[in-house]
Amino acid sequence: MTHSPTVMSVPVPQGLRARCSEATCRVVSNTPVNGEYRLLVLDAPPEVLDCQPGQFFQLLCPAPENEHPFLRRPMSIYGYDRRAGRLEFLYKVTGAGTRGLATLRTGDAFNVLGPLGHGFSMPDTWQNLMLVARGVGLATLAPLARLAHEKGRKLTAICSARRADLAMSVALFESFGAEVIVVHDEDASSTPEALRPLIEARIAQGTVDAFYTCGSARLLRLLQTLATTHGIPGEVAMEQQMACGLGMCQACVRSFRVGGEVIQRRVCREGPVFPISEAME
Amino acid sequence: MKDFITPDTGTQIGTLALQNPIMPASGTFSEDLADVFDLDVLGAHVLKTIMHGMRAGNPTPRVCDMPSGMMNAIGIPSKGIDDFRDRMLPYWAGYGAPLVVSISAHSMDEFVRLCEAVSLPGVAAIEANISCPNIEADGRAFAMRPDTTHTVIERLRGCTDLPLWAKLSPNTGEPAEVGRAAQDAGADALVVANTMLGMSIDVASRTPRLGNVMGGMSGPAIKPVALRMTYQCARACHIPVIGCGGISTLEDVLEFLIAGARAVQIGTATFQSPTIMARLVTQLRDWMAAQGVSSLGEIIGTLEIPQAADGVWA
Repeated sequence: MTHSPTVMSVPVPQGLRARCSEATCRVVSNTPVNGEYRLLVLDAPPEVLDCQPGQFFQLLCPAPENEHPFLRRPMSIYGYDRRAGRLEFLYKVTGAGTRGLATLRTGDAFNVLGPLGHGFSMPDTWQNLMLVARGVGLATLAPLARLAHEKGRKLTAICSARRADLAMSVALFESFGAEVIVVHDEDASSTPEALRPLIEARIAQGTVDAFYTCGSARLLRLLQTLATTHGIPGEVAMEQQMACGLGMCQACVRSFRVGGEVIQRRVCREGPVFPISEAME
Repeated sequence: MKDFITPDTGTQIGTLALQNPIMPASGTFSEDLADVFDLDVLGAHVLKTIMHGMRAGNPTPRVCDMPSGMMNAIGIPSKGIDDFRDRMLPYWAGYGAPLVVSISAHSMDEFVRLCEAVSLPGVAAIEANISCPNIEADGRAFAMRPDTTHTVIERLRGCTDLPLWAKLSPNTGEPAEVGRAAQDAGADALVVANTMLGMSIDVASRTPRLGNVMGGMSGPAIKPVALRMTYQCARACHIPVIGCGGISTLEDVLEFLIAGARAVQIGTATFQSPTIMARLVTQLRDWMAAQGVSSLGEIIGTLEIPQAADGVWA
């Protein structure tokens, strides 16, 4: 039987609508992308498709054999298309939750909660954008690249991976008009020492107004240094283990440096996107 | 259409009348849930435990999975009494549902000071979270023993005129005695119970799965324990019992009511499904209408225990 995507019906205050919804989606496809990643495409109701790049969903993952992923798993949005009713996640199978995701088959019902958190910002003064990400962090930046392209911004994307053939989304970034630079561990082009002159050359050309990053503490550190040295703003999407994803449980706190003080913020609520200058490891 | 009745889902917790018996468990609820549904459909609003001063909470990871449940060691991060008075209280005043403020402390004097400070207009009841470690008793929780429970509840009773709920711990061998001690000391209701102390280890790294090493188990896995304690306390005490522990479905709600609870708190289930409390309110009403049950009084404490027949195990 084919399941139609629906949202859980709950009363909302008069005149308002829910900021996020719990929805039952239908799996359109769930296929391997390369050796390490899988792409989950969902048929989703419009109520959950008013998304911003950088936002995430809480996924109720099915239990794989002999494992018990009780809590929902946070996952950043890889793609969303309100007109087509499509919601996409690109994931790497690493634990009980993602092993459960890998068991989903076409036609299965799948419960998601979202969209959640605050996404990336893109002020008009940021015309030349540099995206620097590694591994599955590239998936998080994919919808940002699409939006930047739609807004006519110029993009440079540095895609870091263990091996060149594992670099994700290269063709996708290129289709958004990005200059794509693939760096990897095998030839050591992905080290901060190798990346620094590469990025600084572009800063010298005046083609970097802002940085966006995700997926690597080492890259974040490098960009923090460059941001301070060259006075370039930027944003990072951060991760933390979560329970509720809404801000209630306070499980997902991280430390941030704000105005000389170290404060705790919830990644799910105040984030997952934060100013690069405030992030701490 | 069946015989039309409009069931009354209302319930009475001492002097406090609730429009229905569904309310959140402390620590699993905040204004953030207003993004998902209209919080005024709930019977009451129970806030996360506040402590007197600013507290950072435990190191991460603060949560982990377990079969049919989770563990947490959040550590009661708290912005203290000033934030409660100046920011939270005005926010919750915008709702009609009664506001229940959960408080905790590591010593008797601190508990009393906080209880006095939160006894403010707009607060409908105080829930004393007596399950946290008492520094004056070698780290044992107040609620582990009848004598410490009696002492702390008696002190709190003396410093507030608001309804006082005692939130008991499952980490005790004598729940009925602890419940009676709270009742005798002047508690208006018992919340039964809280998380059970547990632990989990990641074998590959040989490290604890929680930053605090140990943490509280919650979710469906502990429901039978909470249901058993609810039954024991409801049998032993005449003050209302509010069931809490792993309640996730309408059937769970009904089980606790039949065991003697007058209301229930929903906690971990909200993490899996943030719409669950709103749906349970509707499901309970619909179920009562369909069953021809006109009020909760026809359900609460109606457990029937069949007489053991000859040949059946004693």
